[in-house]
Amino acid sequence: MSIKDLEKIFLDKIEKEIKIEPKDWMPEQYRKTLIRQISQHAHSEVVGMLPEGNWITRAPTLKRKAILLAKVQDEAGHGLYLYSATETLGVSREQTINDLHSGKAKYSSIFNYPTLTWADIGAIGWLVDGAAILNQVMLCRTSYGPYARAMVRICKEESFHQRQGFEILLTLSRGTDVQKAMCQDAVNRWWWPSLMMFGPHDSESTHSEQSTQWKIKRMSNDELRQKFVDMIAEQAKILNVTLPDPELKWNPERNHYDFGEINWEEFWNVVKGNGPCNKQRLDARRKAWQEGEWVRQAAAVHAEKRKARETQQVA
Amino acid sequence: MSNNRQILSDYVLHLADNALILGQRNSEWCGHGPVLEQDIAITNISLDLIGQARSLYQYAAQLIGNGATEDRLAYLRDAREFRNCLLVELPRGDWAVTTLRQFFFSAYQMLLFQQMLHSSDTTLAAIAEKSLKEVTYHVRWSSEWVIRLGDGTEESHNRMENALADLWAFTGELFVPSDYEKSVADNGIGVDVSSLKDNWLQKVQDVFNEATLTIPTTTWFQSGGKEGIHTEHLGYLLADLQFLQRAYPGMEW
Ligand SMILES: [Fe+2]
Ligand SMILES: [Fe+2]
Repeated sequence: MSIKDLEKIFLDKIEKEIKIEPKDWMPEQYRKTLIRQISQHAHSEVVGMLPEGNWITRAPTLKRKAILLAKVQDEAGHGLYLYSATETLGVSREQTINDLHSGKAKYSSIFNYPTLTWADIGAIGWLVDGAAILNQVMLCRTSYGPYARAMVRICKEESFHQRQGFEILLTLSRGTDVQKAMCQDAVNRWWWPSLMMFGPHDSESTHSEQSTQWKIKRMSNDELRQKFVDMIAEQAKILNVTLPDPELKWNPERNHYDFGEINWEEFWNVVKGNGPCNKQRLDARRKAWQEGEWVRQAAAVHAEKRKARETQQVA
Repeated sequence: MSNNRQILSDYVLHLADNALILGQRNSEWCGHGPVLEQDIAITNISLDLIGQARSLYQYAAQLIGNGATEDRLAYLRDAREFRNCLLVELPRGDWAVTTLRQFFFSAYQMLLFQQMLHSSDTTLAAIAEKSLKEVTYHVRWSSEWVIRLGDGTEESHNRMENALADLWAFTGELFVPSDYEKSVADNGIGVDVSSLKDNWLQKVQDVFNEATLTIPTTTWFQSGGKEGIHTEHLGYLLADLQFLQRAYPGMEW
């Protein structure tokens, strides 16, 4: 079959909403885009464990500690599902992780901001997981089968993440003045970086058009961002917090909230590696990997020894 | 509080503190494990231990009354009031220290809870029953790691030997009963920990055989934790654990 025929079959499937599976023929660029996007997503789950992990030992009650531990553990699980999805495209987990450690692969910039108070754990659950959910719900319908199925599993757990974050902030917002201030301060610091999670404006986004055509992405960056603002602006009323944007206002004509412009200089700066925690986050991942090297090696060697002994016994 | 009640609450606190402090130590690995699957596994164990600690603190709070809660007991007592064994408060060290310590402790906990199933105190018996399922897995997971690292590479074997040298002196305390342990064992509520030692040693011997490790011959063991005389490490652990409750007293979180 000629490339042209294969391409036609591929595009027909996309058209008819039939999932593309690992063994199917796919354009090289489709494969590459997916590898980039899924591995970036996997890294975000794993690097995302660090800012929240920062408060596990200091969680204020045993119940909160258990919930946070379970939440961060979920994120590790998400990382695993997604590394497996990348493997179906022919890249090993080890290779993918090496790309993160060498700085070649990116992860979500949001995790390059520091968690300074306990309220940040609430703000991350509410805003960061909240933003992630919108993206992930859309990806449940993405055209690549293994990615879509991983997302369905992940989405089931994500709504619990957002709820627990909201709950932390709700408790603070009903607490003492000090706690209310802690809550507002965290929202002030996390609001804009959360909006940045959806990426550049559609007009500036380099990969968007092709991804939309291939139904990898099914909503644009700006559409998702608008959806997020509309959702959060309402929830903020329950929390009694102000979102730090003087231009945020309900627009009855658009039936949406209007909101101000993101500081794109900050956005690109953090993407380029100059965020407050870029270096610490990557260093922490590299350190864990390097310090685990002898453990992984010992496990492999021991497994070999076992196997050799077993075959000896059989013989 | 009657004397018996006081002794029982001391005992329950001792059990709770063991679980909490080791749970707290293991939680330090979350996000930093040697490989994702094991990051998840050690976090699971941490979660189980914190769950056990919560059940036990809730029971202790009931016994103590007077407005005690699980969080007050965990967050507002100082190091001298903690009754955990020294073994659980030692720093997490490398993966060899973490897994070997877990093995020593879980093997002890398994024997302990098997006996506690027969406690005349129905709350303790129920907690033991629920915990046993978890602990059985902890023993399996940790002994597999002890074997893997002991009988792995030269480096992993050396690291296991170093871990053993660091930890062994802290295992004896598990089997030397404090006064409150003796009292509750005598009236059928608690377990006589001295009776667990032979079985524990046998289990260690079995796993060490496979791991190509040798039980040390030293007979000197550190003690004091059960009476609140701890290592210098505990204060720092509590400073982290209790930070928010100390810095912002009396608030809801
Ligand atoms: Fe996630
Ligand atoms: Fe999440």
